[in-house]
Amino acid sequence: MAMERNILAKLWRRWDTRLCLLVIAAYCGAAAYGEIVYQVSRVSDQTPAYNQVHEQARYVPPAFVRMFSPAPRAEESPLYPLGSDNLGRDVLQRLVQGARIAFHVGIITSLIAIPLGVVLGCLGGYFGGRVDSVVVWLCATVASMPGLLFILAIAMVVGQGLLGVYLGIGLTTWVSVCRNVRGEVIKHRNRAYVQAAQVLGYGHARIMFRHILPNVAHIILIAFSIRFPASVATEVFISFLGIGVQGEPSWGIMINNARLRLWQGVWWEMTFVTIAIFALVLAFNHLADALRDLLDPALRTEQG
Amino acid sequence: MEMIPTTFGVLVLTFLLFHVVGGSPAEVVLGKNATAEALAAFDARHGYDKPLLCGHWTEIRALGKTPSGKLAQRPESGLFRLPITYALPAGVYRVNAGHVLLGLRESVTGATDEALVDGPAPLTFAVREGWSAVSLDVGGALPDYMRLEKKNAGRFDSQFVHYVVALAKGELGVSTEHGLPVARVLQAGVGPSLALTVPILAGGTLVGVMLGLLCAAWRGGVTDRAVLILSTVLMSVNYVVWVLAGQFLLAFKLRLFPIWGFESAAYLVLPVLIGIVSGLGRDVRFFRAAILDEVYKPYVRTAQAKGLSGSRIMIRHVLRNSLIPIVTYVSLSIPFLFTGSLMLESFFGIPGLGNVSLNAIHSSDMAVVRAVVILGALLYQGVNLVTDLCYAWLDPRVRLL
Repeated sequence: MAMERNILAKLWRRWDTRLCLLVIAAYCGAAAYGEIVYQVSRVSDQTPAYNQVHEQARYVPPAFVRMFSPAPRAEESPLYPLGSDNLGRDVLQRLVQGARIAFHVGIITSLIAIPLGVVLGCLGGYFGGRVDSVVVWLCATVASMPGLLFILAIAMVVGQGLLGVYLGIGLTTWVSVCRNVRGEVIKHRNRAYVQAAQVLGYGHARIMFRHILPNVAHIILIAFSIRFPASVATEVFISFLGIGVQGEPSWGIMINNARLRLWQGVWWEMTFVTIAIFALVLAFNHLADALRDLLDPALRTEQG
Repeated sequence: MEMIPTTFGVLVLTFLLFHVVGGSPAEVVLGKNATAEALAAFDARHGYDKPLLCGHWTEIRALGKTPSGKLAQRPESGLFRLPITYALPAGVYRVNAGHVLLGLRESVTGATDEALVDGPAPLTFAVREGWSAVSLDVGGALPDYMRLEKKNAGRFDSQFVHYVVALAKGELGVSTEHGLPVARVLQAGVGPSLALTVPILAGGTLVGVMLGLLCAAWRGGVTDRAVLILSTVLMSVNYVVWVLAGQFLLAFKLRLFPIWGFESAAYLVLPVLIGIVSGLGRDVRFFRAAILDEVYKPYVRTAQAKGLSGSRIMIRHVLRNSLIPIVTYVSLSIPFLFTGSLMLESFFGIPGLGNVSLNAIHSSDMAVVRAVVILGALLYQGVNLVTDLCYAWLDPRVRLL
């Protein structure tokens, strides 16, 4: 669509947002590669490289540190650019898998939260009256739940695995999207083009989704750019606590593993995981700011 | 006044989550290898054998699976023995068959008896007080799916009603992990939680508003840009990393603070510091935006033209008028004062509500988790109400209701 090409061009022009886009693209690539590795290992039923335990290669420091140390590494152990953890597993490969899981979580929770929020917001904003009261009530009820605790409770109730995490994050974070969309739809509801469409006899659904929604679409993009890093951060926290994904190296699990090693002097695992998460979240946050400035003049933050 | 339907909504939501979605709480608590008898006893004690919402009859778990082929291979007496997993205690039951033969046994003397009940399906039969039904044979035309139900004390004697009534009375249940009433467990944890979260909120708000004022006063300048960039960066660092890095660097490496424990106020300094800094990024952005919104209003320019000094304008006029969004934002965090900060408490060993909730989640102690969630939600409602009242005080244009 013309609007998307326009936005992309504007983002590309500024150096800082261009950097963010490149970083995100790099992570996408890493996640895609990780997905391929994961699927291949599932199909061929072998332990993937990132989960293989090398007892003799535990706690290998990263490559640039090793260049200064005289000790040679064993011939069989794989090259460890970022070092190895307590079971001899390659930190870099595990980070890539973490990116894969982070993208899974970010995309799926956005796919749950955003459509839910958009549909409810449109319904409430367009119809008003009783329907709106129900939507507002639903928003208020879900919003009054203590956030993280509720997510953990949902994950606890649904059981092991990522499904609880997806549902938990998705079902609690749709509220802000809903409120924003509802506000916008209310502003558009009495505009001339909507009245014209109503006079022409178009059905409500058609007016809502083909006429009003494109004018509200920028909110969806901004919401996604905010939701994605928030979901990733929440997932890190949840998997750090041990709830959610098991067996696969999520960033949160890596931080948990690295925690105790840190106090024994093994700094590389923790540092690189932190940098990996930080870079992705920072890129998205900065992009979200830039998008907000571009798309929604009412919400400028850079105003000087 | 929207509090009432929202509170009801909160109750329904928590009920759905903890009683419906979670499957059988008996199985969760007692484990997979519990006998059917034990499961039934657990249900009876906690009231899980009642219907969810309302109704006269509840299907009970006594009936094991009826293998479909078996119904066809009945012995000559024409009776099919229902596979009940434990002896049915006294009560009124109903089964969807037309002909029932009960094998009864008295619990005290062990005497056995038999009872034959005939009639149109579904048949209602009663087991007398002091007796239990050890075997159940059904005959006549049998449907594919056998149902065995127990009669409820009343139409509205349901799980949901019990849930709401118990909450209204203030009974939050018994913690399965500690064996203590939940209220006591929560009470013990509130103090330390508040000691941690109140300084974080107060300090964070103070520093955040000051930084916001500074940014608004020197908007567009180097300070403003620097603070904005810094706050985006701070916001992007994961909360987990803040806590871990803070504890490692400041307590372990530099030995500035005690690492763990809750002995004296000094033990709180590091967690409070980490709490403030981790929230600073997000808070400063919000406060700055709120204050900037005020600064662009025409009266500020008038004040400047009048010759008022910059700081006087900012503090006396702008700050006061921008208090509404700031107060709203701060009040949103108040309910979380009580639920405590999960991470900080568990890492610094502060025995607050956050620690309690985390342990409850790890040990599937549903009563405690449910209680904390409900309390958090209800607190949120209460705080919203108080905030609305404060609006009326802060902004004379706003009228109550």
